[in-house]
Amino acid sequence: MSQFSVPWQPKQPYSYGAPARAVIALARLTADIATPLLRRFPGPILIGAIVTVCLGVWAHALVFGYVDQRLLTQPVADAAAFSYFSPSTWGLSPTLLHARLEMAGGQGAALAGLLQYLLWPVQFQIVRDGIALGALFGLFNIIPVYVIWWERKVAGRIQSRVGPMRVGGWHGWAQSFADGIKLVLKEDLVPKEADGPLFRIAPYFTIIPTLVAFMALPLGATYVFRELDVALVFILGVLGVEVVGVIVAGWASNNKWSVYGAMREACQMVSYEIPMGMALLVPVVCVGSLNLRTIAESQAGGWFDWLAFSNPFAFVAFISYFIASLASCKRAPFDLPEAESELVAGFHTEYSGFRWALFFFAEYASMFVIAALAVILFLGGWNSPLPGSWGDALGDGLAAQGFKGLLFSGPIWLMLKSIFLVYVQIWLRWTLPRIRIDQVLYACVQVLLPLTMLLLLGATLWVWASTSDVGWWAVLTTIVTIILGLIGLVFAFGFVGIAAYGFYHRRRLVGNLVIDVLPGS
Amino acid sequence: MMSIGLTEYLVVAAVLFGAGIFTMITKRNAIGILIGVELVLNSANVNLVAFDRYLERCRIDGQILALVVIVLAAAEAAIAVGICINLYKNLATVDVDTAAKLRG
Amino acid sequence: MYCRGPEGTVLTKRLTAELAPSDSIGSSRLGGLWRLCGWGLAVAAVLVLVPEVRAQQKVIIEPTRVPYQSVEAPPSPLLEVLLFYAVAGSTVFGALAVCFTKNIVRMAVWLLVTLVSVAMLYFLLAANFIAAVQLIVYAGGTLILLIFGVMLTSKSPWVKFEPSKVEVVYAAAVCGLLVAVLAFILTATIWPPAQEQLDATTVADLGRSLMTTYVVPFEVAGVLLMIVMVGAAHLARQEKQSP
Repeated sequence: MSQFSVPWQPKQPYSYGAPARAVIALARLTADIATPLLRRFPGPILIGAIVTVCLGVWAHALVFGYVDQRLLTQPVADAAAFSYFSPSTWGLSPTLLHARLEMAGGQGAALAGLLQYLLWPVQFQIVRDGIALGALFGLFNIIPVYVIWWERKVAGRIQSRVGPMRVGGWHGWAQSFADGIKLVLKEDLVPKEADGPLFRIAPYFTIIPTLVAFMALPLGATYVFRELDVALVFILGVLGVEVVGVIVAGWASNNKWSVYGAMREACQMVSYEIPMGMALLVPVVCVGSLNLRTIAESQAGGWFDWLAFSNPFAFVAFISYFIASLASCKRAPFDLPEAESELVAGFHTEYSGFRWALFFFAEYASMFVIAALAVILFLGGWNSPLPGSWGDALGDGLAAQGFKGLLFSGPIWLMLKSIFLVYVQIWLRWTLPRIRIDQVLYACVQVLLPLTMLLLLGATLWVWASTSDVGWWAVLTTIVTIILGLIGLVFAFGFVGIAAYGFYHRRRLVGNLVIDVLPGS
Repeated sequence: MMSIGLTEYLVVAAVLFGAGIFTMITKRNAIGILIGVELVLNSANVNLVAFDRYLERCRIDGQILALVVIVLAAAEAAIAVGICINLYKNLATVDVDTAAKLRG
Repeated sequence: MYCRGPEGTVLTKRLTAELAPSDSIGSSRLGGLWRLCGWGLAVAAVLVLVPEVRAQQKVIIEPTRVPYQSVEAPPSPLLEVLLFYAVAGSTVFGALAVCFTKNIVRMAVWLLVTLVSVAMLYFLLAANFIAAVQLIVYAGGTLILLIFGVMLTSKSPWVKFEPSKVEVVYAAAVCGLLVAVLAFILTATIWPPAQEQLDATTVADLGRSLMTTYVVPFEVAGVLLMIVMVGAAHLARQEKQSP
């Protein structure tokens, strides 16, 4: 005890309840097991995790397809009366499923006894939606956690540091989890002069729209929670609602820096939204659909078929969309609303703890959504650079399906490309200085807007000319496609080459590498 | 009521309309009045889209009209906010009762 | 908030000077008798009009009533019913909250609730494109503009301009009556039977229709937007001319 005697009763130390202790013990156990393994085999574990997730996703699609095709060939009840909850359509009983399974054959009767109970729930839409929502929510959580960790690593490398190295062992892989626990445990402060209810609710206005955007965002031909025919416009609109949360947060904080941040966000939003929408119209004009699946599937023919490389206007539109999307995610050089060096922290100056974390989750998740949108619209979506028709020779067997999903098209490609674009956003943030608000408005309204208008006009004319039967037009299109595709290839290989060179010389000081070897020094 | 028909949507639209009119009457802040106008326009849009869905004759037409109304509402909001800001510059307030100079 | 200044500054004096005469406008200009006459006229009009509408309904709709009634409306799927009542409830709640909120920014937030709920109503009505446009234009554009306007014209917190209680009561009476009459007429009308479950209208259908049947409204809307753009720019430029 302390040497001072206090006249009041000393506070008893807080004792955690059984659930909290169990969670803490579980976390410690996980860390104790994972750390030595991760220290020793970081690479295999990373690759293994990716492959496991892919196989899991693939197996889930396979099970659903199996139930639909083999077991539910006869309609369960009146199809017109099919509904979500109604008891008349509570599907096949397990015994009936058993009979169907035996009829379908191939799986063996012994297995069927187990399968009938495993497969029974999967025939209901509500169960499938539950599974899908769980997966979606997991993705929604895991993406910001690792993008934040990665951003800190990239920032460290760019500034000749190493970034987080300690928490969890290998390269601080558990740093974001630790930060999350810390943020949840922190006190949730609401300033006395703030508008309490608005202040509390504003973070949810930013995070819920991002989650809703994930629901309409296809990750693969069949991996979408709800396929909308207007998915593109829907996602844009939903991300527009996100801005309201930022503005309300800034206003409700009742702090001049926050209000400045909110007003900058409002200004910026009004100016970037239009060029962004215009740039997104270019692929829509080229394909003739607002459905993201249709747009992605029209680019299945390999690298040179991707929209950014098959149409010069789409190529420029991709770049202008990317610039506008930086403003949309409040990323540097357009991070005016939260400019740390001018506005303390901008709109989230007064926030702390969990609500502050919500803002960051929303920002990083929307970075991913924006990047995935760019990939689907311009960079071939979930198709690999190899033409999909090469996979036809493999047939439709189980192994062939898995192989095709890994090599030719599948969520893994979309994830890889989107994560690359997210990486470019991070890279730009730590490379470029922040620009002034009037420069942002000038760039968006006076440069990007006329440019995207011209691009839209040009793309329309290009599509119109493509319908003509003139011989030289086909030749011209091919030449342009090849040139654009080669430019893209040069960029891709150049990037990979520089990255490989840097990895090979990773023991050298980063600054030396740039000064001595790389161009532009 | 286990069947959702035209009537239910129209009643919702009617409530929106009433709320919009109430807002327009009782608010003195010019932007508050603008918010009331937005509510009224939305109620009209709900009507149009409901007719589009439930009446054979209005197929497509209702949605087109709703699109035009949305465009008009956006335009109206832009101009009205501009006017409000000018009002504020000239009178230092957005109380609509103060802007009664033309009454003489 | 950010333009809050100490009391007694030039701004405050000017505000109070401007506001002082206008406090009495509501009661003095329009005498109580005249107001009573107006109300009497309004009530009389409603009392006359409602039976008239009912009679006309009987006259016009009665002949076609038989085929309509013979078709029993099919029960909607349970999910649709639940969703409708949830969304309609949030729409109505948001709209009423807009009415009764005093703080202008909170009004805008409730308006956001209403607008998003209305977008969900459009989804339930199988009008996906309108719903998405509602989200983009209203929730993303107009609402931001409104909040922006609020920020630029935010008043000092001690200057309150609120209507008198009497005014609120009158307004509530008028609007309540309006909604009641509308609801009465709407529920009393016999609408044609609902169609079969329809697929959502495709964007292609809408686009084709905009480019053929409705090309004139489409172009006029475009011209209107152009005019509005010029007008808004002009309004914004006024600042430079005034000293």
